[in-house]
Amino acid sequence: MAKKFMFVNRRAPYGTVYALESLEVVLISAAFEQEVALVFMDDGVYELTKGQKTDGIGMKNFSPTYSALGDYEIKNIYIEKESLEERGLTLDDLQHLVWEDEDDDWAEKDSIHLVSSKELAAVMADQEVVLSF
Amino acid sequence: MSTLHTINKSPFDRNSFGSCMRVISDGDAILFIEDGVYAATSGTTFSDAVKAATDSHTVFVLGPDLSARGMKEDGIVEGVNVVDYDGFVDLVTEYDKTNSWL
Repeated sequence: MAKKFMFVNRRAPYGTVYALESLEVVLISAAFEQEVALVFMDDGVYELTKGQKTDGIGMKNFSPTYSALGDYEIKNIYIEKESLEERGLTLDDLQHLVWEDEDDDWAEKDSIHLVSSKELAAVMADQEVVLSF
Repeated sequence: MSTLHTINKSPFDRNSFGSCMRVISDGDAILFIEDGVYAATSGTTFSDAVKAATDSHTVFVLGPDLSARGMKEDGIVEGVNVVDYDGFVDLVTEYDKTNSWL
């Protein structure tokens, strides 16, 4: 029995373990065939920045893992517009995440939806389970 | 007694940078490390405050922490100096004490 799960990511990567822990729980939830949606807001938008190079800090760069979310049937990734703007970022600064639609000859489709706080509120209200990291 | 202030929290998450600026003395320096490096990036709602800090104090940011987060060294607030770990050690020895804002 699949439920609608939403994972809310609000922390920057590397400084704390929240971002990595969230990603692990997301992948586990998706493996159990739940309907998973992700939100990146506040410092969470920094999790998806392109070009992360962690050799200098001796930590594993886990950012390439986000590109596998589509293979786990995660098609809805919401980025809060207000959070990007106050950080001087645009969608171009973030990884381009896609999923493949088997009903449409495996066409690649955007997973990322840029939403306002108000739009995000509506999506969030519609979930059955919300987990915040 | 000169002080090196290290700030390791994102300015969006904690107010370490703002608190540090309230009590910092002339001749002190600031070094952004870990998640603190986001403060040094340009175009944010904190960029003007950091630019103002560079007018009164010497401000540094740790390069390896910028790179880890996908932030480019040419995308930081004008006047902020990038240092590596050796530079970090030099700063610690150069100032009389270090205040690690947590």
